[in-house]
Amino acid sequence: MNKSKLKVSDNDIVVPGELLAQGMNYLPSHGTYRLKENILSSKLGLVRIDGKVIKLIPLSGKYLPKKGDVIIGKIKDINFSGWRVETNSAYVAMLSMKDASSDYIPKGADLTKYFEVGDFILTKITNVTSQNLIDLSMKGPGLKKLNSGRIVIIDPTKVPRIIGKRGSMVSMIKNSTKCNIIVGQNGVIWIKGEPEDEYIASEAIKIIEKESHVSGLTNRINEFIKSEKVK
Amino acid sequence: MNKELKKHIEKYLNSNTRYDNRKLTEFRKVSIEPDCIKTAEGSCRVKIGKTDVLVGVKFELGKPYPDKLDQGTITVNTELLPMSSPDFEPGPPGIDAIEIARVVDRGIRESGALDMKKLCVKKGELVWIVAIDICTLNHAGNILDAAGLAAIIALKTARYPSRKGENVDYKSLTKTKLSIKKTPIPITVLKIGKHFIVDPLVEEEKVLDSRLTITTTKDKKICSLQKAGDEPLSLEDIEKMIDLALEKSEEIRKIMKK
Repeated sequence: MNKSKLKVSDNDIVVPGELLAQGMNYLPSHGTYRLKENILSSKLGLVRIDGKVIKLIPLSGKYLPKKGDVIIGKIKDINFSGWRVETNSAYVAMLSMKDASSDYIPKGADLTKYFEVGDFILTKITNVTSQNLIDLSMKGPGLKKLNSGRIVIIDPTKVPRIIGKRGSMVSMIKNSTKCNIIVGQNGVIWIKGEPEDEYIASEAIKIIEKESHVSGLTNRINEFIKSEKVK
Repeated sequence: MNKELKKHIEKYLNSNTRYDNRKLTEFRKVSIEPDCIKTAEGSCRVKIGKTDVLVGVKFELGKPYPDKLDQGTITVNTELLPMSSPDFEPGPPGIDAIEIARVVDRGIRESGALDMKKLCVKKGELVWIVAIDICTLNHAGNILDAAGLAAIIALKTARYPSRKGENVDYKSLTKTKLSIKKTPIPITVLKIGKHFIVDPLVEEEKVLDSRLTITTTKDKKICSLQKAGDEPLSLEDIEKMIDLALEKSEEIRKIMKK
């Protein structure tokens, strides 16, 4: 029991299956799992050790739906009872009629009046079943259909970098490009503004996605936007 | 068709710019990598921006068609691989894949680029069948132009495999190349609203009103046309599109020479 031993240190990069710790004194958290006495990593990422808890911050990966996340989805199909939504994850999401609008939707109504195939919506995950089926809702502050604007899709693991500390990064881009930007937790980003500004904003986001691990990011993005604006 | 997306793209076109900050009639960076597959007799990989298309050429011995006993033939096949876009599904070629194959085939056949008579081994009995296989590695719009360009360059690099009677040894290639007389280059011009654009992005392809693919040779002869989209084209439109395609094909030819 006392033989517990850490095999990695904080901020190490590990690959799936790598041994992180031996013994029962450590606890596996996000991106790690226990196999008998050992804790192994299940993803490629950076190790974070918080006391006894070993956590992994993934470097890349698909979006895993989580209850309460606000995401941007695309309408894929219309059924009798609602809409099927593509969420940039591996699982199917459904927006049922009762959650779609605060208005009453009469029986036999033309559902395309509300959302059409190809529309983007800002929506909230209300439930994820054990089979990973996703239930969505449009009832909540700010949840709406996203009219026009362009969509940029990034790696969902970079979403916290795009938002920045307390939204500092995204509000900096918003202010300097005068664009409306909404970041979905699933890595789908919606931008609306003047064409040139939209282009600068989308390029800035792509730079953040690519260089999120290099320090001094906010300053570099600021400079990038300034130099693009001069052109 | 998504009306919101169309409205948004038209807003861009009205201010004379595109999603990636290009002019309406500007191509993305075209890069050509000829003879990149060793196991094929001829090959070429063409990238237009992030669009990536690979073409391989294989030779096969077979019987000629009964009406063209002294001529060989070509077959073009397109594979839109699911890895290149979420919109592509595995399975037999769909309507889009067939269209690309047919347009590329028509460009090469009708321009007379390939001398079919030289593919004849023994009249009425044995001819070469040249198979051109197009694979998409990444779809970021304008696959057709990339495929057509890659196909003709792949044909130019192709060498006959050595042959004894009816047995072909694919492992040793001869030095004889195919005789390519002309270089047909397809250019796709899109019409969205009142604007004409070349080298479309995926988003722009989704909202097109009409599309015309014009294959031209170096001496400015049109050898194939392919119209798609719901809206009709007037005679003036077509003339404008052809002028644009000729201008753009000249640019591509300059890149090819390098």
